[in-house]
Parts: sequence; structure tokens; C-alpha cells
Amino acid sequence: MSESPSENPALLEVRGIGKTFPGVRALGGVNLSLEKSQVLSLIGENGAGKSTLMKILAGVQPPDEGEILLDGKPVEIESTRDALDLGISLIHQELNLATNLSVGANVFLGREPLRGGFIDESKIKQESARFLEMVGLDVHPDTLVGNLTIGRQQMVEIAKALSVNSRILIMDEPTSSLSQAETENLFIVIKDLRDRGVSVIYISHRLGEVKELSDHVTVLRDGENAGELGREEVNHEAMVRLMVGRDLSEYYERKDRPKGDLALKVNKLRTPVHPKHELSFSVASGEIVAVAGLVGAGRTEMLETLFGVTPALEGTIEVSGSEITIDSPISAIEAGIALAPEDRKQQGLVIDMTVRENLSLAALKRDQKQAGFLDISKEQEISDEMIKAMRVKTPNEDQVIRFLSGGNQQKVVLGKWLAMKPKVLLLDEPTRGIDVGAKSEIYTLMEELAESGVAILYVSSEMEEVLGMADRALVMHEGRITGELSRDELSEESVMRLATGAPGDDQAA
Amino acid sequence: MKKILGILSLLVFVFVATSILSDVFLDSYNLENLLRRTALFGIISIGVAFVIITGGIDLSIGSVVCLVGCALPWMLTEQGFSVPVALAAIVGFSLAVGFIHGILITKVKLQPFVVTLCGLLLYRGITRGFTGDQSQGFGTDYKGLRELATGEVPIFGFDLPMPCIFLLVVAVLAGIFLNKTIYGRYLLALGNNEEAARFSGINVDRMVILAYVICALCSGLGGLLFVLDVNSAQPVDFGNFYELYAIAAAVLGGCSLRGGVGTIIGVVIGTALMQVLRNMIVLVDWIPTHIEYAIIGAVILAGVVADELLKKAVARRQASQS
Repeated sequence: MSESPSENPALLEVRGIGKTFPGVRALGGVNLSLEKSQVLSLIGENGAGKSTLMKILAGVQPPDEGEILLDGKPVEIESTRDALDLGISLIHQELNLATNLSVGANVFLGREPLRGGFIDESKIKQESARFLEMVGLDVHPDTLVGNLTIGRQQMVEIAKALSVNSRILIMDEPTSSLSQAETENLFIVIKDLRDRGVSVIYISHRLGEVKELSDHVTVLRDGENAGELGREEVNHEAMVRLMVGRDLSEYYERKDRPKGDLALKVNKLRTPVHPKHELSFSVASGEIVAVAGLVGAGRTEMLETLFGVTPALEGTIEVSGSEITIDSPISAIEAGIALAPEDRKQQGLVIDMTVRENLSLAALKRDQKQAGFLDISKEQEISDEMIKAMRVKTPNEDQVIRFLSGGNQQKVVLGKWLAMKPKVLLLDEPTRGIDVGAKSEIYTLMEELAESGVAILYVSSEMEEVLGMADRALVMHEGRITGELSRDELSEESVMRLATGAPGDDQAA
Repeated sequence: MKKILGILSLLVFVFVATSILSDVFLDSYNLENLLRRTALFGIISIGVAFVIITGGIDLSIGSVVCLVGCALPWMLTEQGFSVPVALAAIVGFSLAVGFIHGILITKVKLQPFVVTLCGLLLYRGITRGFTGDQSQGFGTDYKGLRELATGEVPIFGFDLPMPCIFLLVVAVLAGIFLNKTIYGRYLLALGNNEEAARFSGINVDRMVILAYVICALCSGLGGLLFVLDVNSAQPVDFGNFYELYAIAAAVLGGCSLRGGVGTIIGVVIGTALMQVLRNMIVLVDWIPTHIEYAIIGAVILAGVVADELLKKAVARRQASQS
């Protein structure tokens, strides 16, 4: 050893990492330190830069600035290959498995053991069985990955990471699509790995999980370090304070609005995804109703059925008192329903078209001149009006949407629908991937829309967003509405109890 | 716009180079012929541009040209159809082909490549069947009808070949449709992002079907003019590879095979570039004619590579500015 590093260097040390994307500075000089056999939780709101930082560590993206030290020595991580060679594995939110291949083939994908130039199947089986056992997964290596539940697929990912001798496991929202039992199993595996000397960086929105698992918590906010919490300091309030950086009351400006007439009434609706459960509820005009629940509870599917993307199997939908048939987005829009989908870039916007073209897209049909000619002046009018009303920050209306920040993109989606003067506005995760400042702007816009008489139904996975905004909340679990909470009944506990399907007061189905 | 200027300057460059390298290139006979070929290919290229803008592809164009090109003389000379009936049959056939392609792609959800590849095989096979694989032609009859393709219109002291008038009409209509109507906007939007278009209340399936109908109609019109121009058609090779010329012209002219991007003027310039290139290969002595495909392939490849690199550079600059 030529130069002696400072006594006991951290296993992984990140110093001053910065990264800029078109239109947004994702990371601005972030630091992070991870010890051996430590579970470090990385928390922060959507858009705080957690995923970007993890992608940099895993070699998916290069940083613009800063340095990474492993065992006290600077390293360059230029590809996922580099990361794996250094013992860093990233387990993605969406799993990266070839579902058409067997468990064993997935564990050894890209580094298949060979024998005489051919794949050594028996070695794959033997070896992968060993790693599967380490994660407590009781399946045969020949099983097709596609036949496993998501929770078990995740275990395959972890086994794969272990098989390359990973010292650092990065898990990005690993529990977002797991059941309660699967989550508990994952925790056992994580703790077991820690005891074996593996370090884990755990990213989650679920503060309860963070509290249970973490030896240390690093909080990011707007791409910068917002604070650190040691094992004993980890509690809900401390985490939220660091994440949000201000009081919740300041963050959500909730006003009391008079409730209008019934705008949307849904009766015994069955969606194609969860055909066993009937959904019934209503929303008044001027009311803001949250749909809470865990990922996979059927919330997005419900909105898509209301918007005609996946038409209902059964049940009735009334808008402003008259029953309507919704078999496509076209009929939903005609009835006065609008949807700002969760996947903004894929479903909400035509990302390579301009701000003006996106704002007018839904209204073109209504505003057309004879024989389908575009009404250019009308389009211009809508564009100008909505850029102003939604406070879209764009150099001009001809800017291509791709280059706007997430918050401004979402404002364009809202503007597109506002131009249609909807009676019911459905929002799916309205602030996903949007930075904190723009978030409160979106909330303000939602308030304004409600005040003007629009009925708003929004799906949110963020507890603060549900508690802060909603006049009322529907909570879903595995395809059914497990309860409805009034403003006064809303609390983290009451929502979580219903969201996890724990038997509540009204023991339905 | 920059794209169009780029391809236009390439056209000018090849044009000037050829006029220097060959002493017959600028002869009025050659220029007229070049214009006529450009117009004929321009029509089918505009057609396929609509399909490409939706993110699709049409490989059946050459075979539709073949079927129409053989069926017209066959109906007129062998079956004794009157001209209006024969023309109506061709329009009807083209409409049906486009409609069926569109239905198979949107409703049965087959891939455009597969559907139109089967079309490519089907229509040529059918043509060789009903003609008995015999060459079809007008002989010395139908001079008046053939004027549609062989005729000339004097404009400013220059005899403009009739197909140029057809191209002009088709291009203007296509340009208006693509840029001035809501349907054109819908096509661009859905080609860019079909799901977002659907989520915006656009009847995506109907628009895609329309694109294939437009393409087949242009192919039909092209087949009609091609056969009127050359007087006779061989079922076995008439229109061979024309879909590839059309697709290449559209791509050179700025259409992206990923969909959502394209201009009519760009496609016309792209077609002209292709034809000038082919002309150059024939006329310039020291270029062996039989390597035509290699040259055209290389030029297209160079064009799209340059375009992609340019786009990356622009994106980087945009990124660093913000």
C-alpha cells in the first residue's frame, strides 16, 4: 500500500456529484457515504434526484461532475459493466429480467458458463440454486421467470446480483409492486444480506419501511443533500421535514370550496382488469377527491375505464345527471371527462410536437373549420390563453415539449384539457417526476380548477399529497374500494389501514 | 426547414456535377425525360410518405403499380372495357387495397411490414395469373389516353411533361391535407406517439386506415401513368422495386421511419435527387451502370447518417443551453 487512506475509509463515498438534463438540473453536488454491512436509505420527493444518483452509481448515466470513491480510491463508472465489476448492482423499479427465459438463465445472463463452446446448463442449474437459496427462493432454476410473481422475480434479480459478488446492492422502490407478505420476505432477505457483509442502498417513498430497515438515512431535496439521519434519529416527522423542507401547511394552500351538484356518479362499475369488484362512488363539481392506495390497487385502471381507454364491462357512469356510454376516449371527452395520465411523456403528450400543437390537440376537432381545415387563429388563441392560465414557462409556443421541465409539461397537459372545459378532470399521479416548486403550482392550479366548478378525481401514491389536497379520499386495495374518508377522517394511519386491505370498520367483500 | 435546405443543396450539387460530367445531361430531351420520371416516382413517394408518417411502411407499392399497369391494357384491349369503366375499376381496386391493409393493421393488429409484404407477393402473383404472364400493352391504340402520361403542356416556352401536372396537383393536395387540416395534424401526432393521440380523443385507427388508402391510391395513379408512359407492361417485372425507390425518396426527403416527421416538399426533392442520381449513373461514362443500386444505397445511407449526427448535435446544443 503506497498511500495510506484515512483510517477506515467508507466502502462507498460520493463527492459533489452533479448532473444536468435538458431543462432541469437533476443533481447539484450531492454527497453520500456508505459503510460495509450497512443499509442506507435514500429518500426524497419525486424529482429530488434519487434515481439519477443511483443510475450514476450503476453506470447507466455518467455524472457531469464530482467523484466516486470505493474503499477510499477514486473509480470511474462508465458503464453498467464497470459497476458490476466494482461490485455494484442496481435492482430497478421495473425489473430487468428476460421473462421468456428460465430463472437460471436469467441469473447467468451475459456470463453463461461455457463447456466446449456451449452453454453449460448443469452448471447454471447448480450454481443458480445456491444463490436462490441465499434469497430464500424456493423455485427450480428451470422455471420460466414469466411464471413467477413480481415478488419472486425480484428475488431472482437479487440472486443475480449476488452471483456477481455484489458488495453494494441498490434497490429502487423495491416494494412498490409487492404484497405485504412479499415485502416482509424482502426485508428478511435484506437484513440477512447485511449480516453477510453486503451493503444496501434502499430507495423508497414508504417511510415506515425506511424506518424499519435503515441504519442511516440520506435525504435529497431538489437535487441536493437536505440532511442525514442516524439510526436513532429516524422518525416520520424528521424525514418529512427534511424531504419537504417546509411546513406542510405552507406547501398546500387548501381553501374551503362550496360543493356543487353531482358531476360524476359511478355505479357498480366493473373494469376489465379487476372484473370481480364493483366500484361505486360520486364526485361533486368543485370537489377534489383523492384516490389513495398502493401501486397495483387498480386506481389507474379505474381512471382508464372512466376515460374509455379500457371500457367498462358493466355498470353505469353519469355525468351531470345523465347516463352516458363510454367506449373510447372520444366518447369520454364528448361527455366532458378529461384524463391527465400517469405516464405523461407516453400518454399525455406528443413529446416531439410543440407547446401550441399539444395544447390544441384535443380541441382541434371541436374548433375545425369546414372540411376539416385547421382553424389557425382559434388554435393560436387557445395556445396563448392556456400558456397564460397555466403559467407554462416556455421561451415560446413553438418550443418542442421534450425540452420543457416535468412541471411545465404537466401544465401543458392540464391546459390541453382545460381548453375543452371539462366537467370532470381525472388526474393520475399529477406531480410524479415534478420538482417541489412546480408541484405547489400544480396544486394551486387544481384548486383554481375546482373553484371554477370542475370535479377533480386524482390518484396519488404520495401520502402528503393525499392528506394535503383532498376534500375526500377513496382508498383502493386490490381492485376494490376499501373505504371512503372524509376530510376529518383523513390521516396517514386511516389511509394506510384501508390501502393495505387491513379489515376496517366497514368489512367489505 | 433546415432539412429541406440540406437535401436541396445536395440535389443542386449532384445536378451541377452531372451537367459537368456529362455533355448530354442538359439536353432538353434528357431533362424532359428526367422531369417525367421524377413526377411519376414523386406521386408514389408522396403516397408512401403518408404511411411512413404514421410510423408504418408499405412494401406493396411496386406490385400495385404492376397490377394496375397490367390490368389497364388488359381490361381495355383484351376484355373490351370502356375507358371510364376501366379507370373506375382501378380506383376501386386501389381503394380496396388500402382499406384492407389499414383494417388488417389497425383492427387485426398485424404489423405493417407483414401485411404489405404479403401484398407485394399477392398482387404480383395475381397479375401474372390473370395475364397468363404475358406482356400487356396498348399497341398503337389509345393514343388520346396515353397523352395523360406522354403529353406535354407548354409553359413559358418549355414543354412540361403531363405527369408533372399530376405531381403538382397531388403534391399541393397532399401538402394542404398534411399541413392545413386537422387530419394532417392527427397523422403527425399519432405517428409521433400513437398512445398520446388516442388519449387526446383522436380516432387513431381511422386515421391509419386513411393513410394506407392514400398510399394505395397514389400507387394506383402511379401505375396508371407508368404504363401509359411506356405503352406496355411485363407482369413479371413491371414496377419491381418501386416501393424501395419510393421509400428511399421519402426517407431522403426527411421522413423518419419512426413516424411523425415528414414534409411533402421534402419528399418531392428527395425523389428528384434519386432520379438525378440514376440519370447520372446512366450518363456518366466511367460509372458502370450495373452498380446503380450500390451507389443509391450508399447515398441514402450517407444522407440518413448525416441527418442523425446533425440531430444529435442539435440536441446536445439545446441541452447545454438550458
